[in-house]
Amino acid sequence: MNSWLKNGLLAGVVAVLAACGSPESEDTREVVVYTSRGDHLVKPVFDAYTAETGVQVRYITDNDAALLTRLEAEGSNSPADLLITVDAGNLWQAAERGLLQSVDNDTLERNVPAHLRDPQGRWYGLSVRARTIVYSTERVSPDELSTYEALADEQWRDRLCLRTSKKVYNQSLVATMIERLGEPEAERVVRGWIDNLATDVFANDNAVMEAIAAGQCDVGIINTYYFGRMLRDKPEMPIKLFWANQGAGESGMHVNISGAGITAHAPRRDEAEALLVWMTQEQSQKLLADGNMEFPVNPEVAPAEAVAAWGSFRADDLNVEVAGRRQAEAVKLMDRAGYR
Amino acid sequence: MASLALSRPRLLRRPDVPVLAVLALAVMVLMPILVLALSWLGDESAVWRHLADTVLADLVFNTILLVVGVTVGVLVLGISLAWMVSALDFPGRGFFDWALFLPLAVPAYVIAFVSLDLLDYAGPVQRTLRDLIPAFAGGSVRRPWLVIVTLSLVFYPYVYMLARTAFMAQGRALMEQARILGLGPYAAFWRVALPMARPAIAAGLALALMETLADFGAVAVFNYDTFTTAIYKSWYGLFNRNAAAQLASLLLVFVLLVLALERFGRGRARFEQGGRQVHRVRPRGIAPWLLTLFAGTVFFLAFALPVGRLIYWVADSAWRDLDARYVGLIWRTLLLGLGAAFVTVMLALLLGYVRRTRRHRLLHIAIRGATSGYALPGSVLAVGIVLSFAAIDRLLTQYFGTGQVLMGGLLALQMAYVVRFLAVAFGPVETAFERVRPKLIDAARTLGASPAETVRRVYLPLLTPGVLTALLLVLIDVMKEMPATLLLRPFGWDTLSVRIYEMTAEGEWARAALPSLSLVLAGLLPVYLLMRRTRVY
Repeated sequence: MNSWLKNGLLAGVVAVLAACGSPESEDTREVVVYTSRGDHLVKPVFDAYTAETGVQVRYITDNDAALLTRLEAEGSNSPADLLITVDAGNLWQAAERGLLQSVDNDTLERNVPAHLRDPQGRWYGLSVRARTIVYSTERVSPDELSTYEALADEQWRDRLCLRTSKKVYNQSLVATMIERLGEPEAERVVRGWIDNLATDVFANDNAVMEAIAAGQCDVGIINTYYFGRMLRDKPEMPIKLFWANQGAGESGMHVNISGAGITAHAPRRDEAEALLVWMTQEQSQKLLADGNMEFPVNPEVAPAEAVAAWGSFRADDLNVEVAGRRQAEAVKLMDRAGYR
Repeated sequence: MASLALSRPRLLRRPDVPVLAVLALAVMVLMPILVLALSWLGDESAVWRHLADTVLADLVFNTILLVVGVTVGVLVLGISLAWMVSALDFPGRGFFDWALFLPLAVPAYVIAFVSLDLLDYAGPVQRTLRDLIPAFAGGSVRRPWLVIVTLSLVFYPYVYMLARTAFMAQGRALMEQARILGLGPYAAFWRVALPMARPAIAAGLALALMETLADFGAVAVFNYDTFTTAIYKSWYGLFNRNAAAQLASLLLVFVLLVLALERFGRGRARFEQGGRQVHRVRPRGIAPWLLTLFAGTVFFLAFALPVGRLIYWVADSAWRDLDARYVGLIWRTLLLGLGAAFVTVMLALLLGYVRRTRRHRLLHIAIRGATSGYALPGSVLAVGIVLSFAAIDRLLTQYFGTGQVLMGGLLALQMAYVVRFLAVAFGPVETAFERVRPKLIDAARTLGASPAETVRRVYLPLLTPGVLTALLLVLIDVMKEMPATLLLRPFGWDTLSVRIYEMTAEGEWARAALPSLSLVLAGLLPVYLLMRRTRVY
């Protein structure tokens, strides 16, 4: 026992020492990224960049709120040059807290449509994510569908499935509705949704689609790339996408972005700008969007074949920053309406 | 000697290294917590009013329901299983002895996701029932009972581990004495074995409840709103970190109450050192098989089934992500786990030793403070750590021009693990220290043993099971730890739990099966080895 304990102690000491030895830094050009996109999505992009330019990309993945806190706490000490996150709300928040700096770059302004970037140039969209209606092909005909708002109508009583209001995608959607319709009308719609729920709200978009396929409900609201992934694995699922709010005078489909901004204290500002610009160009746009079945932000770049097959749509042209500006209002509205 | 009261002036006059170390440790753990407490300087009454008007009542009710349910669940499972493997004999006992600890190696929210995926309306169980029985309507299982059952299955190993060590330490002689005094086997359990194991059971329960209160991932899978939901709603949804920190510090107060109850639960019960347990009672008839069935059911539901599901996903599609980098992921996961477990348990031993040999009110408060980090939700604590470490870095930079020293270094990550898991190590270590009765030490000294010899021949053998238990718990907890690892790891130090996070954050649950399964496999060997070593006593 004692000798075993001794060996254990020895192993422990070795582990601690090994864990404390820091990796050596190499003397090459590099750029440091904080990102809330997973390794499996960003690594192919960064690898391509390194292959093309020789610049090493070092990165840390974490969730948005944590990365913002870290950037804020590190202040001028931060090693980060570029912040890449999902959801315009997070980018708006980062800009609002002074964590990002303005970039004035013609290529960026040409490649990224005006409503998908910060008016002051502190962040730019990289890919577009659309949130729309999904329906059962067995129990719903597409001409019954029209808008997000119409899902609050009596005809969908006990037929609607929703994801939790705690997910930022729904907060952004409702934030946009508040901007478009005003708060009382948006609240009426959300209350209508809640009355129409077929079952408790779900924790994720996949569960919404599975519930529709299994017959628990008939319509739902999801991000299109979840649909794309689901159908890639199970092509026989009896569900389809419907482009919401396309009619004349209607708002167009709700879109959000993944995007990036250069940090306020970026030690390698020029490297960061070069990477940012590179990511909005054709080849990298394909890598960024296709890896997760999203839409490229650059209108010149075509989406992946499977994504393009869903057809084209008119997107809401409100600047996506509204998702951040009205997010807190949206959360409070959904709490009041009993949307868990 | 042990009862000598140190007065404050003396404490300051003659530096006492272990005592100073404990105070330093307490400061280190309390620093991130105090940073959070600073949030009360801000006025967040608007957020509070909103929460109180809308969701707060439900959240508090849900939280209490969960705590009560999980208390019952982990006590029933943990105590009964621990008693079975330590005092009874049944087919498969040797296997269940260590295997029943395994559910702890799977992150709670992975088990939650798997159970929901199997049982919900669209899942295979209800689908099959609908196919077989046309009249079966089915429905949502995202209900409190399933949350309670799931969390009980995930967290019972804390109670099981500590109770098992305690039951085994009681030894055969004790039960024989109870029987000789005329107690039947059941009465002997209820009136002798169980009360004597109370300190250990209370310590295990406290760990399980702290995990439950701090949990966000598993309850989020069920969309079951607890107090942590309010914390995250304020932070992520309302972008109000201050309000989140206020809510989190309230949660901490609640947990300190739970801990005080634990003290109360321990009462005056003390371990008695017993002989080695060699003989176990084998019940008659089919009873042993019923025991096997019970242990097997728990093991199946809490471990085999979820892991089986993970294997299915890996075989189906997730294996495509497997590449050479997994060697590094597994290596770093184990390295961080072993390193942190070693450091944390050493510090817990220091706390236990000082608590044992020094009597000073300030010290005991410091020890209490040093073991409160576990009660906060991991990501909230991680934020407290980042804020305080980054502040130190800024000061260092300002006066010495050092740049970042702590942030982004492994030292900071190790410190974060200590802050978070010191309580986990301290529970088993402290209960082990209680087995070392003062009279044993006195006897050893009277017999002429040097202090070193006393440590080697009295302390070590008696402390070993508790120390190994502590090592194991911290190792497993660190390996699956997520928020602090994500926030503080140096560049390139990705671990398996980082991969799990990245996949689940993108909704890729099936792909998360590969890192999850790797995590379980990486934990298997250390669990098996350590559990074998805790068995004898």
